[in-house]
Amino acid sequence: MNNKLVNWFKFGSPQSFYPLAGKMIPWFWALAVVFGIIGLWISFFVAPTDFQQGEGYRIIFIHVPAAWMSMFLYIVMATWAGLGLALNTRLSGMMAQAIAPTGALMAFLSLWTGAIWGKPMWGAWWVWDARLTSALILFFLYIGFIALQAAIDDARRADKAGAILALVGVVNVPIIYFSVKWWNTLHQGASVSLTKAPAMAATMLWGMLIMALAFWMYSIAVTLMRVRAIILEREAHTEWVKNLSEIQGEPK
Amino acid sequence: MNWASPAEFFAMGGYALYVWGSFGVCAVLMILEPILVRKRQSSILRILRRERQAEILDTQ
Amino acid sequence: MHSVIAIIRRDLLLAMRRKSEVLTALFFFIIVVSLFPLGIGPESALLRKIAPGVIWVSALLATMLGLARLFAPDHADGTLEQMVLSPTPLGLLVAGKIVAHWITTGLPLVLLAPVLGIQFDLDRGALGILVLALLLGTPLLSLIGAIGAALTLGVRGGGVLLSLLVLPLYVPALIFGAGAVESHVSGLGAGGHLSLLAALLALAVFFAPWATTAALRIALE
Repeated sequence: MNNKLVNWFKFGSPQSFYPLAGKMIPWFWALAVVFGIIGLWISFFVAPTDFQQGEGYRIIFIHVPAAWMSMFLYIVMATWAGLGLALNTRLSGMMAQAIAPTGALMAFLSLWTGAIWGKPMWGAWWVWDARLTSALILFFLYIGFIALQAAIDDARRADKAGAILALVGVVNVPIIYFSVKWWNTLHQGASVSLTKAPAMAATMLWGMLIMALAFWMYSIAVTLMRVRAIILEREAHTEWVKNLSEIQGEPK
Repeated sequence: MNWASPAEFFAMGGYALYVWGSFGVCAVLMILEPILVRKRQSSILRILRRERQAEILDTQ
Repeated sequence: MHSVIAIIRRDLLLAMRRKSEVLTALFFFIIVVSLFPLGIGPESALLRKIAPGVIWVSALLATMLGLARLFAPDHADGTLEQMVLSPTPLGLLVAGKIVAHWITTGLPLVLLAPVLGIQFDLDRGALGILVLALLLGTPLLSLIGAIGAALTLGVRGGGVLLSLLVLPLYVPALIFGAGAVESHVSGLGAGGHLSLLAALLALAVFFAPWATTAALRIALE
């Protein structure tokens, strides 16, 4: 038990996480590509044409995974940030910082694909649908987090201030979601929503799940790549970074 | 199989603009992001290598 | 408790000495609300419909104006560090400062809202609900805003950043606040909205001073 704890703390230090992340990245890329190919194959060749929405519904196979990941990544980011605040570990803040841009990208993709899906389905590029609106606000929350961290020069302070913002955001995300949902039902009455759409075929669900896995693996891979860059930037003047084999070589 | 010909596949039953507009942007951004991150990594590595070289020259 | 009251009195006194700041926010509120009919047209049915939203959005913006100066002067002259070192828990002192901020920026908005509501041809019942919703909502704005003010304390570009951080968090207050008046006008009754607003306020009273305190300690490290 105690031994395990020590191990965790060992990998919690940037010095030992840096090479570990380097070893993991190719594996997550491989998984992302494999799941991505299977997911794309299902979404274009296996899933049948929807009798109501025609071929346009195929956007769902990237829209839903992107929306899921944008919410999930925010929770993961807040968890890392909270851990950093509670345990005062260096790596946690770097992880939170590395996740934020990918989370923002996912939020943007869910907005973009949602808008494009809305045009043929609802006849407008943007409707004030509860999901779209809360995705927009989630996107703003990511941008706020990134902007706050970018504005603070001292890395440790940036981590901690970002952590508080992320935790406040995580309390607020469900409140925002339900308030927007309520606002929407009050104003729009019955709108087209996914849950009320014709029962989802099993192949559609599978396609979505596998695409979500692909997005998940992609997010992990990119986050690990970014956290390696952040580790180097922040620990540039430590002994272990100077002794890295990548740095020992000749400058190009 | 849903499609009789490649042309039909790319036409997406009249939804080509929407389907390819979202899959395309998604693909572009998901390729662009790792490239930018890799650039960030290699630029910090380059700086660190230079600093190290400078240190070696200093001690000589 | 004594020191909390002392803090509130001190902040109010300082605000009285710098009346222009309080008045600027207030006139900003009046001007923004009055610009909407000019942009949209004087049709009273339309104005009645947009009134709650316009007044609420303007209130959000007006409270933002004072937020940047919630902690900044105390930070600049070292008072904030004294507060951290004082025997009274920092959370209580922060709560006192938030109360003072609400009295100087939130309360005037609540009192002025009925006058502006009349401009938009709201009837008496709707005006009452508007005041009640603002009475519950503006303290919420001050509480959430204080977190943002503490986070951006001494950060470059703090003012703009503050609005970027805080405005998305204001969304639920805006929805329930403006929604209360709208659902009253449409005959659904404002009870549900008002009680949700009160629940959010209770939540914020509990958490916001704590989060603000944590953010202040980080800023002072």
